[in-house]
Amino acid sequence: MTLVVERPPDLGRPGEPEPEHGPSGILKWITSTDHKVIGKSYLITSFLFFLLAGLMAMIMRTQLASPDATVVSQHTYNELFTMHGSLMLYLFAGPFAFGGLANYIVPLQVGAPDMAFPRLNALSYWLYLSGGLIMVGGFLTVGGAADFGWVAYAPLSSIVHSPGAGPDMWIVGLILTGFSAIFTAVNIITTVFYLRAPGLTMFRLPIFSWNMVVTGILILIAFPVLTAAVVMLWADRHIGAHIYSVAGGGVPVLWQNLFWFFGHPEVYILALPYFGIVTDVLPVFSRKPIFGYRGMVFATIAIASLSTAVWAHHMFTTGVVLLPFFSIMSYLIAVPTGIKFFNWIGTMWRGSLVFRTPMLFSVGFLIVFLFGGVTGIFLASPPVDFATHDTYFVVAHFHEVLFGTAVFAGFAGIYYWYPKMTGRMLREGLGKASFWFMFVGFWVTFLPQYLLGLHGMPRRIAEYSAAMGWTTLNRVSTGGAYLLFISVALTLVNFYVSWRRPVAASGNPWDGHTLEWATSSPPPHHNFLAIPPIRSERPVWDANHPEHRAWHAPRRKEAASVAGDGREPR
Amino acid sequence: MKFESRFLLFIAIFFTAVALVYWFWGYEDGGTVMLVGSALLGLLPGGYYFWWSRRMTPRAEDDPDATLADGAGVVGAFPSSSVWPFVLGLAAALVALSLIFGFWSAPFGLTLAGSAVVGVIMESRRGGFV
Amino acid sequence: MTDGASRRPPRPCPASPRRRVARWRRLGAPLGIALGALALGGCTVPTFGAFRGSTVQGHDEFKLWFGMAIAGLAVAVIVWGLIFWSVVAYRRRHDDEMPRQFREHLPLEVLYTVIPIVIVAVIFYFTFVTEDSIDAVAKKPAEIVHVLAYQWGWSFTYYDGSGHYQRVRIQTASQPQPTALPATSSEYPQMVLPLGETTRIVLNAADVIHALYVPAFNFNRQAIPGITNVFDFTPTQAGVFPGQCVQYCGLYHSEMLFSVRVVTPARFQRWLAAEQGAQASSQAAGGTA
Repeated sequence: MTLVVERPPDLGRPGEPEPEHGPSGILKWITSTDHKVIGKSYLITSFLFFLLAGLMAMIMRTQLASPDATVVSQHTYNELFTMHGSLMLYLFAGPFAFGGLANYIVPLQVGAPDMAFPRLNALSYWLYLSGGLIMVGGFLTVGGAADFGWVAYAPLSSIVHSPGAGPDMWIVGLILTGFSAIFTAVNIITTVFYLRAPGLTMFRLPIFSWNMVVTGILILIAFPVLTAAVVMLWADRHIGAHIYSVAGGGVPVLWQNLFWFFGHPEVYILALPYFGIVTDVLPVFSRKPIFGYRGMVFATIAIASLSTAVWAHHMFTTGVVLLPFFSIMSYLIAVPTGIKFFNWIGTMWRGSLVFRTPMLFSVGFLIVFLFGGVTGIFLASPPVDFATHDTYFVVAHFHEVLFGTAVFAGFAGIYYWYPKMTGRMLREGLGKASFWFMFVGFWVTFLPQYLLGLHGMPRRIAEYSAAMGWTTLNRVSTGGAYLLFISVALTLVNFYVSWRRPVAASGNPWDGHTLEWATSSPPPHHNFLAIPPIRSERPVWDANHPEHRAWHAPRRKEAASVAGDGREPR
Repeated sequence: MKFESRFLLFIAIFFTAVALVYWFWGYEDGGTVMLVGSALLGLLPGGYYFWWSRRMTPRAEDDPDATLADGAGVVGAFPSSSVWPFVLGLAAALVALSLIFGFWSAPFGLTLAGSAVVGVIMESRRGGFV
Repeated sequence: MTDGASRRPPRPCPASPRRRVARWRRLGAPLGIALGALALGGCTVPTFGAFRGSTVQGHDEFKLWFGMAIAGLAVAVIVWGLIFWSVVAYRRRHDDEMPRQFREHLPLEVLYTVIPIVIVAVIFYFTFVTEDSIDAVAKKPAEIVHVLAYQWGWSFTYYDGSGHYQRVRIQTASQPQPTALPATSSEYPQMVLPLGETTRIVLNAADVIHALYVPAFNFNRQAIPGITNVFDFTPTQAGVFPGQCVQYCGLYHSEMLFSVRVVTPARFQRWLAAEQGAQASSQAAGGTA
């Protein structure tokens, strides 16, 4: 940031866009560095990738509904599960929460006018978009998209076993989106460390923003390892290196080590932001503060730290990793996760709960993620992993945790912040219907998959024989998938209806607690006309419910007036 | 800045401890290197903040009793419209595509990247479109 | 920290004992019925479809799995119970209802930090013991089978317990086609093992990473080029058990099937002799062995 004095914004009434100057139309979008525009771009782009990957899942489930089916060929099926996983993990779950919601909400929650590095922010988005399009562009090549699974194990991903441009486009897509994530992480950490409003100490940050900081640190630890690993893979494929291939002195298991050193923190990079959403939504709809704030912060830091020391629990069946070390570290992650769970329950306990759509999805997350977390403990045990690794038991486990976070909590975030971002409300009826289809559909899809895994059905298989006895469970699972399809369709209809027949949203429709609710919906240029005094982790609640606030007059100074200081642009 | 420095130094200490345990228990090189790297990642900014937080003037956002008046003034420059991120993103994509389809497209991408870097610097010096 | 009007009218004590008992009574009946049904069912708690393990190693895994499943379900039921209770009991009843704004309860937080650590330590102990027993390799196995995994089939080469080649090699007949035959079909190779004796498996891969998986044995192990994995099977049950490659290995991964047939040691020796004869004569006749 250079020391250039800002032009004070020329504002109309709060909530109205400021008078237009500068580029307009598509040029305005291309040159925008406003975190709100970039955040919305990320949200829309990642949601489109989500829909695309969801369609791939529907095709896969249709194929698996019958033994010996021929809906798609073997090769196409392999491309589908590779790209479904890659899109969901690299292009949807992370960018949606970290690129989209964090970008939009974190500066608001810390009381900043924008992110610390607006142009870097914009660059991150363009890297993400170009990387994502290149990765998906693999489908348009002669050999098809990458088909080696989202984990791309060597030597299967070598040029010998996976020739063609599709895998290379996958690699390049990862390099670009990896840098996008790293730059966004730098931006968010700097914003939170340097641009907080006065009085907003680190221990008054909303947990959503706290989780984003911790996620940022995890990204800085994990993504460079992935980038290095895929650059080495590219070198193996194109310039004759022998890093991962045996003939030449390479070590195939090195890929697994590098990938999973990234891969395990990656799933926590995906999960922590969504934990943050739930931790922001539950207090608002329970009319209570978050229970155990400090415990939450330390638990998040503990989860992130431990998550970097467990990578080889994905490699238990290789036979060459230190089983007890990774097993005990993986078990230990259950402790801080349990703390978070009990704190979430403590937030609802003896509260005054009202079940608007964001709250429904948040409670749905709690129910779903609990079971996924417990089955994760089973998998952390090497002997049990020997029996279930790479079977549908693992597929059900990770869908339970990932879907529980990215989709249940993600939809909670959508329904919660949509009014803030667009100034319109989403319909409650459609939202509730979407939730119930999702909740029922989810269990119908994934509970049978646990059983299938226990019955020995491997993952990543395009077909199976009727004699294995897996048909009925697969059929039920596919039925559930169609319910999930309906659920997402209902939310899309909700978006459409809210656009065609808008219902205006006020600045604080949910009686929210944190700073983003102190401004209009959507916020004006540079975000705030006035900020309430910050004396706790919920300044807006304190301002709106002074008889229930947690603080008393400051020890040393006089508090500013409750409504803030008027016309300053902060 | 004190808590931030402690947080980052905790990362450095945590990874050092894990790296030691992992190395002396399992003697595996790849994982140990990555753990040591992560420790350094915490040490670098954490050490800097540790040093700096003792010398800097206290900030309003670290003071639990601060009022908005304490933080009045210029926050920073937030350029609100710039074409260079888009150009640089496009350039990066072109260079990346050259990794797949041959290096003939790389010079074009690198030229665009160069122009974007120059553009950003000029824009910052000129004050940009704020 | 305790501002705000409570949503119940003021009482002499936080919750009257009578109210508390009434709530528990309401839970008591359904809980009692559930436990009673369980006890009357003869304690045959379902295995949820997991295999009981047809080898010594597999059965050890099953016992660990079962213990963990019970513990996991108990935890899940308790936490789900707390969630459902909150959702039902604390619904907003009037619009202006304002609950007590409590933020923490240090003793409780310490409790639910320490108890999970204890649970984790116990589970880890049992895991460690089971893992040691499954991974243990006998010094003198009865048979040694070298398994080579390749795209997209298997080859089983038999050696005796001291490592002498026994001139028996079973291999996938031809490149698999997507026909979705069961693993036990004659299209796929069958590994024959002696019941009650320990067979050492020496696992290698020729090209990419594969994995040998026999669901009934509760066991899978990756076959990695450049690495030799060694483990034991000590079958405890006779029968035919399907097996499959379980590490994605390319186009026909779904067709990389095999089966394991466990027979008495006497029948095993007869089979071995017959195979030796058949393979020797086909080799003499110029066929591929």
